[in-house]
Amino acid sequence: MTDAIIWVVALPLAGALAALLLPRLATAVAVGTAVATSVSAAALLRGVATQGVLHYELGGWSAGLGIALRADGLSAMLLMMTALVVLAASIYTSAYITAPAERARFWPLWLLLWTALNALLLSGDLFNLYVTLELLGLSAVALAAFGGKRAAVAAALRYLLVGLLGSMMFLAGVSLIYAGYGTLDMAQLAHMVTAGPTAWTALALMTAGLLLKTALFPLHFWLPPAHASAPAPVSAVLSALVVKAAFYLVLRLWLHVFADVVTPAAANLLGALGAAAVLWGSWQALQAERLKLLAAYSTVAQLGYLFMFFPLLQALPSVTARDVAAGGLVMLALTHGFAKAGLFLAIGIIQQRSGHDSIQQLDGTAQRLPATTFSIALAGVALIGLPPSGAFLGKWQLLAGAVATGQWVWVVVTAIGSLLAMAYIFRVIGHAFGHQSYPNLPVTVAREEWPALLLAAVAVLGLGLAGAPVWQLLEIRV
Amino acid sequence: MLTTQLLYGLAACFIVALGLRTALLHASLLHRVIAINVMGAGVFMLLIAVAYRGPGQQPDPLPHALVLTGIVVAVSATALALALARRLAAEHDDD
Repeated sequence: MTDAIIWVVALPLAGALAALLLPRLATAVAVGTAVATSVSAAALLRGVATQGVLHYELGGWSAGLGIALRADGLSAMLLMMTALVVLAASIYTSAYITAPAERARFWPLWLLLWTALNALLLSGDLFNLYVTLELLGLSAVALAAFGGKRAAVAAALRYLLVGLLGSMMFLAGVSLIYAGYGTLDMAQLAHMVTAGPTAWTALALMTAGLLLKTALFPLHFWLPPAHASAPAPVSAVLSALVVKAAFYLVLRLWLHVFADVVTPAAANLLGALGAAAVLWGSWQALQAERLKLLAAYSTVAQLGYLFMFFPLLQALPSVTARDVAAGGLVMLALTHGFAKAGLFLAIGIIQQRSGHDSIQQLDGTAQRLPATTFSIALAGVALIGLPPSGAFLGKWQLLAGAVATGQWVWVVVTAIGSLLAMAYIFRVIGHAFGHQSYPNLPVTVAREEWPALLLAAVAVLGLGLAGAPVWQLLEIRV
Repeated sequence: MLTTQLLYGLAACFIVALGLRTALLHASLLHRVIAINVMGAGVFMLLIAVAYRGPGQQPDPLPHALVLTGIVVAVSATALALALARRLAAEHDDD
């Protein structure tokens, strides 16, 4: 099973090189790689579930000098979500991008992005995390600019500069950590870090850099244009996975490595920014005129919920209560990943068939594209947080934690955010069901419609009805 | 001497602050790309200062390796930024 930990990084990397060298076979290579990597991710998840935390030292170099890979419950779960989302989006892309020249340019970048994501999730060392963050940022920017429209290139350039700024701040924090403690291994640091100026400054720098990358309000300004002008499968992966990779690092640092350094005031600040993100993002999503912009603003809002867990995790007195709340947080992140990927893929189908994604002109969509409309509604259920979606379980834990610690403000924000989400989803559904007298005949492309539908279904039914393992897996940690 | 290390460290922090300020406040694209590189130079200098272990002693090799990796990453990122900027400028000329 320890082999799986190396395969999930090596396979997409080898696939990227093969797709680059064999441009005519690029699609076949990429879909094959996606299947093989997903099988490895499933094997890794199983390995973590049965044997606990897995380690691997690349080339036999010990941690500190070499690259140590480490998989615990949290990283294995996020890795599995990544695999399923990328697999579905790969099958979708095989029908979505048809020009051979575009395919040959697309697949190597796509697989490199996946390599970077997997390496980031498995990295146990702060400097390797910096390198994987940069690899992720560079491949994400190249993909966001894909298609070469002016708006996309301009948004990608801004995305790149913001990402670089974030990485530099992260690296500055990493240097301070090395100066203070002489190691960059996160497991060792967790035992060594004590509250003090070095730890506070380092954590502040690294967190600021990561918040820029995860687009927490008010650092979200770059996200809507970048996510809304990329091709649909790229938007899906950027919104569902790439911003979450930076969030995963914030979570790791605050909960595991710097647990003794974090103060309630700092956690409250993150929570307050999260609350502002929920309100502002949802409100902007309601105002959006284009479907993709709506989905992008909804990402800003949904990331806000994740940050509202931080003050609760700080204030909850017992370890059990904190673990239950942390499970809710991960559940919400996983549900959003699947639902938002499904939503973006479905929007891509509408955009491709009708040539636009204007919400005002969706009339007749339900007649023409019934399965796609259903996917949007299903993803909407998860974004609002209605039962039986996984988001319902996550928000339930958020509310339970807020009530238990008497932090009523988060309850109010969650209620308003959910109502706004309901409004922006129903606005889309309402227009989609608008009657068109002479609709075009329904056309279905199974390779595009199934991935969107299945991702949305996993968010609503899979995680909602069979989500208990999330809490069990989360207890397996470094 | 420790003061040498401190001097280098403080200078590094100053360079980081300088780069950060321009990157945040300047609207011009080229300014911002250069500012981020200046900031990177500051961070690398900080890492080099961290490696100092006193007079007559070998410096710690690990931060130096980190700086080398960091430089490679920074050069690639700058290249991508400039390539995207050229694409934008070319389209601007067409309009």
